Amino acid sequence: MARYILKRIGLALITLVLLSMIVFAVSTILPGNVGRSVLGPFATQESVDALNEQLGANRSVFVQYQDWASGLVQGDLGTSLTKNVPAWDLLGPALSNSFKLAIVAFLICVPLSILGGIIAGLRYGKATDKSITIAGLSFSAMPEFVTGIFLILVFAVWLGWLPVTAQWEQGAGVATQFKYLLLPAFTLTLVLFGYIARITRASMIEALDSDYARTAHLKGLPASVVVRRHVLRNALLPTIAVVAVQIGYLVGGLVVVEVLFNYQGIGSLIYEAARQKDLPLLTAGVLVVGIVYLTVTLVADLLYAVLNPRIRFGSTE
Amino acid sequence: MSTAEVTTAAPTRSEARIARSERIRLLLRSPTVIVGAIVVAFWVFCALFPGLVAPHDPIFDNQFPTGLSPEWSHPFGTDTNGRDVFSRVLAGSRNILLIAPAATLLGTVLGTILGLITGYLRGVVDDVMSRFIDAVMSLPLIVTAILIVTAVGKSGNWVVILVIGLIFAPVVSRTVRAAVLQEAELDYVQAARLRGERAPYIMASEILPNVMSPVVVEFTVRLGYAIFTVASLTFIGFGVQPPSPDWAAQINQYWTFVDPYWWMTFFPALAIASLVVAVNLVADGIREVYER
Repeated sequence: MARYILKRIGLALITLVLLSMIVFAVSTILPGNVGRSVLGPFATQESVDALNEQLGANRSVFVQYQDWASGLVQGDLGTSLTKNVPAWDLLGPALSNSFKLAIVAFLICVPLSILGGIIAGLRYGKATDKSITIAGLSFSAMPEFVTGIFLILVFAVWLGWLPVTAQWEQGAGVATQFKYLLLPAFTLTLVLFGYIARITRASMIEALDSDYARTAHLKGLPASVVVRRHVLRNALLPTIAVVAVQIGYLVGGLVVVEVLFNYQGIGSLIYEAARQKDLPLLTAGVLVVGIVYLTVTLVADLLYAVLNPRIRFGSTE
Repeated sequence: MSTAEVTTAAPTRSEARIARSERIRLLLRSPTVIVGAIVVAFWVFCALFPGLVAPHDPIFDNQFPTGLSPEWSHPFGTDTNGRDVFSRVLAGSRNILLIAPAATLLGTVLGTILGLITGYLRGVVDDVMSRFIDAVMSLPLIVTAILIVTAVGKSGNWVVILVIGLIFAPVVSRTVRAAVLQEAELDYVQAARLRGERAPYIMASEILPNVMSPVVVEFTVRLGYAIFTVASLTFIGFGVQPPSPDWAAQINQYWTFVDPYWWMTFFPALAIASLVVAVNLVADGIREVYER
């Protein structure tokens, strides 16, 4: 177990270092001339040179990476070009806003999808199963902005129940904030529903068909007890792994949803940085997204290992 | 050519043909696949012959009064530039049906090559590549796409195709690698190796034909994601640009006026929804048939 944990953390660290190299390479080498790419074709050569000087982009790529990476290790993510403040000062609050939205989305999404998957699994092959599966597939296929627009139209424009944007007034209470977060969170929920429900359904079907479920049945346990005590416990394990992967996906979905609902999170910050060609801020934002994903999958993997007796008591492989 | 190849290859080929006709028969039995295929075919037809289906010109401004709500002569209304939204929706499948399949094809080809190399050669090459693929995959597709498009400094159909193709490659290679790992253990590969065939030949002529099912499945599933991503990129302004009647570009242009001009975004959104759902229904059917 200890070896498994150490190995898993080691792998995550290696991946993180590689990720930082890739992100750095894309944002530094790809533009050719960073200053020119930021300022555009009509800027004077002097101002381009000055910006390159300011960014240190006139040095060799290796020196630049070393400089950038040693800053990262000390918690310095660079400085925003347009706002002229440390990138973290912008990323920190944005990240906590995104977390707020992600948590609301998860609180709605995970129970709903697991429930959907369980019902579909219990009704395997029947009309209920087919409609849940097809609805889930359709919703997860649709881009977030499409689902979001439908939800905005129905619940905000036509029914007038919920606000069109996710921007509440300063000092709004928790209940008001929740109301504003409901539509964006539900947009994310619809996209994730299909994936999570699908895995829960598949593992339900497998567990229902297993020898231990049949044994429990045959020894006379009522169906509800078999499902609760034997089937669900085994069927929910793979769901944890999927939920973790979806958190990574959720961050990507946040970009579009935050832009659509005008919400000040990490997604809309990345979007703004890209629009304004604020490469240092964009690079930092992208890296933070990667770190969040790696951390979440690491935690989920460890949780999965703790919950799964085969890994808990077994060998490292 | 040695006799060994004839004896191992011949039965596989006829078996493959039987398997293929069996798969097509199974596919045609699924109502969801048929519905999906009809919708996709409709949009492909619209993309190929926009002049035949659209009653009015989709691009020229001020042909009609602006902001008309849906009525008989304009079933989807008109937009703020005085164009018929119905015509624009019918003409709007063109860009996405060009970019998404091209990007998917690029990603699938690159990913298959990568998967063959990592799965067959194993060892250090595989380890290093796998770590890189992990790193690339720890970023959401759309975030990577935004970063690359911004770094390159220009957007356009080719940039989007390249970016999405490159991001898909590692994902596809994962699946192909897993299939190649299984195949590499089989006798026909060992036989080819003993005859002294070289690695590129074994990968391309021996293993590749036998891992085509996962490749096909991967292509159809990725196609759905590609449409998803291209539309999302265009919606936030990094893809197809106005005045193109592209659906996501229309939404990008008009969604701030969604109240009260809902028809300018609603119908393009419905069109995107119909296409992605249809593609996914077909992809899901194909996946099920190939994986049984």
